[in-house]
Amino acid sequence: MFGRRFADLLATKFMVVMVALVVSIVLFVGIGLFLKSLPILGSHPLNELLFTTSWKPSKGEFGFLPFIMGTVWVTALAGAIAVPISLLTALYLAEYAPERVRATVKPMVDLLAGIPPVVYGVWGILALSAGGISIGFNVLAGGIVLAIMVIPVVTAIAEEVFRTVPKDVKEASLCVGATQWETAKHVVIRSSLAGVAAAIILGFSRAFGETMAVLMVVGNIARIPSSIFDAAYPLPALIANNYGEVMSVPLYDSALLFAALLLFVVILLFNVIARLVLLRVQRGVA
Amino acid sequence: MNRRKFEETFFKLLMLACLGTVVGSLVAIIAVIAWRGLPALDLAMVTQTPKGGFYLGKEGGILNAIVGSVYLGVGATAVAFVISLPVALYLQREYTRRAWLTGFIRLLLDVLWGIPSIVYGAFGFVVMLYFGMRVSLLGGILALALLEIPILTRSMDEVIRTVSSDLRDASYALGATRWETAIKVVIRQTLPGILTAVLLAFGRGIGDAASVLFTAGYTDRIPTSIFEPVASLPLAIFFQLGTPFPEVQDRAYASATILVALMLLISLSSRLLLKRLTKYVAK
Repeated sequence: MFGRRFADLLATKFMVVMVALVVSIVLFVGIGLFLKSLPILGSHPLNELLFTTSWKPSKGEFGFLPFIMGTVWVTALAGAIAVPISLLTALYLAEYAPERVRATVKPMVDLLAGIPPVVYGVWGILALSAGGISIGFNVLAGGIVLAIMVIPVVTAIAEEVFRTVPKDVKEASLCVGATQWETAKHVVIRSSLAGVAAAIILGFSRAFGETMAVLMVVGNIARIPSSIFDAAYPLPALIANNYGEVMSVPLYDSALLFAALLLFVVILLFNVIARLVLLRVQRGVA
Repeated sequence: MNRRKFEETFFKLLMLACLGTVVGSLVAIIAVIAWRGLPALDLAMVTQTPKGGFYLGKEGGILNAIVGSVYLGVGATAVAFVISLPVALYLQREYTRRAWLTGFIRLLLDVLWGIPSIVYGAFGFVVMLYFGMRVSLLGGILALALLEIPILTRSMDEVIRTVSSDLRDASYALGATRWETAIKVVIRQTLPGILTAVLLAFGRGIGDAASVLFTAGYTDRIPTSIFEPVASLPLAIFFQLGTPFPEVQDRAYASATILVALMLLISLSSRLLLKRLTKYVAK
């Protein structure tokens, strides 16, 4: 008897330790990156780092704006392409598709989600930049590749969410003479807004920090893009391209870790705000 | 009336077009990679390590990267599993009745999930510098484990949550402790789902390049201890593609084909496993 109780106690303690470990990972990453960013934060004011455009590490000029704008452009374009396609696909799979179609397409969506970033990058180079109609290395190429990476993530979650809408509610709508699309639009989408928002946010955070695939097709020129046909240089690509050879330039490594801190803080804010919005929405529905 | 019918048809066609785009993307990716990669693929690619001048187009293969990726993937998944399973169990109602606490842990896991792998890579490198470690298999495993923990925990959490409370209550009614119930009922019942989660995380681990870029390094040899640097398949693709030689770039496409084939294999086996194992699960 004692042995069994003891095993239970031991297991519980182990779980608590592991939970504490996982919780502290977030803290450690945040604090570690912040401490390492202190040198650059100490020598350059924050608004100079965030809002100037001159990037000359050897002269001590660290303006992150081109990289921030590069990230914004690529992520926004990917979102603009991926969100409508994902939602409509999910809606079709959940509401329209015969079981057979659904059973074939869902594994394909999962498969698409499992393809490694670097393969997306290789494909991007082959299909978008070197094909007959050359798009070149720019925001457009990055956005398209990123959109295809994000689509399976958003589609899979949105489909799950759409399927949780009770049949009664849908049938009630169909009964009063609404067409299938009207039911989808007014009933299914409306009652799963919170879940759809969560799916989109997850997709965005995936797109926002994606490194390899984007880095390979986006051109990597440190200038604020003015159209989707300009090259861009997103933050993750900046870190990946330069982190290996930063030791010779003072403050350079601190600057790159500051870029990592920026990514971390944005993801953190994104998730917290999303959680708050979801709570608000759920309270409104219930 | 006509307008409504038109709207119905229009959106149905639009949805079909979107579905086509998604399916088409998958087919296009696999087709393009295989079309460029298969011609360059030969037995030497998967059975030899790079010889001198490999990156100039001379002979050799990428066995170092394939084995390295398997080491990294297996190691990281094992580490992540040992941490994730207890956390996933702890999130169930037997352990924490305080809803705010589970909510908080799940929020943190979502944050961890969202953290880009390049940030884990950079963070891992900082930690390694702090402890005076050099790029190594161990460093790569730890950085990848960070990446895999949220994936594993959240997917196991979802699976474990589906176990009906009747089943657990029956176990408790017989006098089993929480730990016994977890091991003998909950885990056994969710084994297919747990294995799927593990394979999913393993796939993510094998495919990720950004987190191992600064932590695992790259080498032409197969490491013999966890303190040696290790090559990985995604980085092999990336570096070969970065050379100016067409022969080497062709090998990058061949390497990408190998990576995609590996992914297909993982996904297929997880599907088969799921099918086979769910036979024995109480509904």
